[in-house]
Amino acid sequence: MIWQLDLILCLFVLICAIAAINVKDLLAAVIILGAYSFFMCLLWTEMGAVDVAFTEASVGAGVGTVLFIAAVSKTKRRSKD
Amino acid sequence: MLDYIISKYNFWIYVVLMMIGLYAMIGKKNLIKKLIGMNIFQSAMILFYVSIGVKAGATVPILSGHGHGHVHEVIEVAKYLNPLPHVLMLTAIVVSIATTGVALATLILIYRRYNTLEEDEILKIRKDTGV
Repeated sequence: MIWQLDLILCLFVLICAIAAINVKDLLAAVIILGAYSFFMCLLWTEMGAVDVAFTEASVGAGVGTVLFIAAVSKTKRRSKD
Repeated sequence: MLDYIISKYNFWIYVVLMMIGLYAMIGKKNLIKKLIGMNIFQSAMILFYVSIGVKAGATVPILSGHGHGHVHEVIEVAKYLNPLPHVLMLTAIVVSIATTGVALATLILIYRRYNTLEEDEILKIRKDTGV
């Protein structure tokens, strides 16, 4: 575990989380949430939890993003906050 | 004190992530934003548990060199990461995607009935019509 890499990935995850809840366009928020999941998966690979990392990459970032996009396309794309 | 805070920086980052998720669940009006906050909260919790299993100077928990003819060799536990939090959090990821799917289906039903996803507008419609 390299602490510089750990710190950079942690900061990326933090930036993605703040951006995902502040963007007004819901589709953009969902895509940023997918990027958040991928950075989380890199963080877990770096920590040595390889099984958790590939489950998150396929289930969290893949299936989760697809479900969110399907729901946003069925409902409204703009949000007020 | 400052030295102690800096040396445990990763735990502080996890707590900040959890609080971002909690704020999105409570403070945001849009229901999909609330769901995004719930996802952030869950994965911050999973990140905390996975980071508990990390040891300094250890490698991934896959045994090498054991099996064919090396049955009596001693396994050094300190050389491998703790795999127990990994396995538990694997279940948590699957549970989180299942709850997200059910919540999104409920959101689509709410949108079909009230034609909006903002919490205050839904409450106003419910108060006006009396249902």
